[in-house]
Amino acid sequence: MAGSTLEIKDLHVTIEDQEILKGVNLTITGGEFHAVMGPNGTGKSTLASAIMGHPKYEITKGSVLLDGEDVLEMEVDERARAGLFLGMQYPSEISGVTTSDFLRSSINAHREEGDQISLMKFIKEMDAAMDYLEMDKNMAQRYLNAGFSGGEKKRNEILQLMMIKPAIGILDEIDSGLDIDALKVVSKGINKLRNESFGCLIITHYQRLLEYITPDKVHVMMQGRVVKSGGPELAQRLEAEGYEWIKEELGIENEVVGQKA
Amino acid sequence: MAIDTKLPYEKDYVSSYSERLNEPEWLKSLRFQGLELANTLPMPKPDKTNISKWNFSDFKHEAEGKKIDSLEELPNDIKVLLDLENENKNLIIQRNQSVGYQSLSSSLTEKGVIFTDIFSAIREHSNLVQRYFMKDAVSIDENRLTALHTALMNGGVFVYVPKNVVIEDPLQAIFWQEDLEVASFNHVIVVAEENSSLTYVENYVSNNKTENAVANIVTEVIAHDNAKVSFGAVDNFGAGTTVYVNRRGVAYRDATIDWALGQMNDGNTVSENITHLIGDNSISHAKTVTVGRGDQTQNFTAKIVHFGQNSEGYILQHGVMKDSASSVFNGIGKIEHGATKSNAEQESRVLMLSENARGDANPVLLIDEDDVTAGHAASVGRVDPLQIFYLMSRGISRFEAERLIIHGFLAPVVNEIPIKAVKEQLTEVIEGKVL
Ligand SMILES: Nc1ncnc2c1ncn2[C@@H]1O[C@H](COP(=O)(O)OP(=O)(O)OP(=O)(O)O)[C@@H](O)[C@H]1O
Ligand SMILES: [Mg+2]
Repeated sequence: MAGSTLEIKDLHVTIEDQEILKGVNLTITGGEFHAVMGPNGTGKSTLASAIMGHPKYEITKGSVLLDGEDVLEMEVDERARAGLFLGMQYPSEISGVTTSDFLRSSINAHREEGDQISLMKFIKEMDAAMDYLEMDKNMAQRYLNAGFSGGEKKRNEILQLMMIKPAIGILDEIDSGLDIDALKVVSKGINKLRNESFGCLIITHYQRLLEYITPDKVHVMMQGRVVKSGGPELAQRLEAEGYEWIKEELGIENEVVGQKA
Repeated sequence: MAIDTKLPYEKDYVSSYSERLNEPEWLKSLRFQGLELANTLPMPKPDKTNISKWNFSDFKHEAEGKKIDSLEELPNDIKVLLDLENENKNLIIQRNQSVGYQSLSSSLTEKGVIFTDIFSAIREHSNLVQRYFMKDAVSIDENRLTALHTALMNGGVFVYVPKNVVIEDPLQAIFWQEDLEVASFNHVIVVAEENSSLTYVENYVSNNKTENAVANIVTEVIAHDNAKVSFGAVDNFGAGTTVYVNRRGVAYRDATIDWALGQMNDGNTVSENITHLIGDNSISHAKTVTVGRGDQTQNFTAKIVHFGQNSEGYILQHGVMKDSASSVFNGIGKIEHGATKSNAEQESRVLMLSENARGDANPVLLIDEDDVTAGHAASVGRVDPLQIFYLMSRGISRFEAERLIIHGFLAPVVNEIPIKAVKEQLTEVIEGKVL
């Protein structure tokens, strides 16, 4: 199967009457890994959340298309079933619902009504994915993210990613709060999905994640826009030199959203 | 407040009812006393709920029920409550006011366990029943409804577990109000002697949507030294029934009484669940769930009173409110003077599903001793939109996402229900109500 294409065109997003994204353009195609970097408060999470349909964000202009279909017209669950996945920076805790029940509901939601996954097959797949991510099996019977450590939550997001196998994954700071071993494991999980039919947008602050997951393209966000794009070498330069040189190059005084250029 | 509703049943009736049942003199005179007190005592006054207009007088007092020859033939809403695969059923089905079905494993009979309908118990173990009936837990003169209950008691069960007897399999009572107008004046007594333990689960089922009926239920649980009682219940009275249910426990030294109550009535309800921790080191967990819907009004009190030293009481109430239902959740932890090193904790959570519903969480701590610990948490809120977003972002529909969150919210209590079939049925009732 050839991969899907996610096209973000001139996206403007407002939250509580404040414009956060001011015209983002980005295209991701199956088989490609893109990294989005940028200082705090520059709109990275806003971009990820708005694509998925977070209720707080209002799209005031622009479009998001998945294989030509208008994503912004879809409900959040339709977006997911169309092939989008958002690994969240701060996943919700839902007590009373076990991780395993939730995962099975998600997988079944992605399948046709007459084609639900059998319990046996589900458990087999989940066990395999948990082994791969070196997760404690008891986690499956614990309530979804409830009392999970920061690192456990992130692993749980990748577990879901591996089992749902979306067309396009958007991972918001999947590396934050991970120790080096966990970082390796999580990277291993993401790399396992690397193929023609999977495209990924990885939001991160650190080059260290990109040492394990080599991006095809790197984008830098400032003031609610993508201000620079390049190859993996761009991430390396950011790691070595920080963001100052970009700001100088572009004449940006304050990179945070809401500031004048 | 003056009560002008006349009593529906008079002394002549009560007298002949008692005689027809061949009741001992002590009970007959207690019934008369109840009738008299009912004329003078005030109604119970649940905090923040006005019950003065509720129907407590329009009902039918008597209805017989047929014997149940085979459990397989029961209607589905009763059958789902049964663990049909288990041969060793300890089960009583009260059909209207008759014993429709009764079984108790022979090994328990041999150990001296009594599990029988209340009238057989009164005939066969009169002294034992008299020792506990409206004595240590509930009193006849607490209010007009406890008095009326005594006068008109028309069903219930008696459970007695002798010293050192540990019962593994649960005892189950099903109160099937097949007649749509018949009242339930059930009296349930559970006595666990020293070092004994048991699990008891009861179900109330009625299907009266429009027919008026009344339930006035008193349950008394006595846990003697070092005894352990797990008490589960699912109340499922129809919309036409006004319910007053008073479940009370008394725990002596080192004893434990745990409650898991699924309060799923569709009509107006006053529910009081009170445990007295008399003995040192006694413990109680009182967990309840409820779903309010339609225009029903409900008032729930969960109260644990600490007398013994080092006693522990934990109250957990979870309620989901929809339509224009309204509920008050009173959580009361009371530590008496002298109950040093006791711990009183409580948590009340109300999830609102509609703009018109009302939910009040009313946590109260009354502490008359210095050297104790206590805490409470209460919240009334809506479904968190971020939780919905998270679930929907995994392809789950809004409807299914809400369903998962509501089940999750009620799970801490539902999971405590001891019989698997009853737990599953409670889950199904919740499903039917919230969605
Ligand atoms: N509810 C809100 N009300 C007002 N401003 C908000 C709200 N949520 C986010 N913002 C602002 O939007 C801007 C972009 O936030 P966003 O979370 O997208 O940044 P980010 O690039 O992901 O930052 P970080 O690297 O710290 O995660 C910030 O200035 C933030 O303060
Ligand atoms: Mg962010």
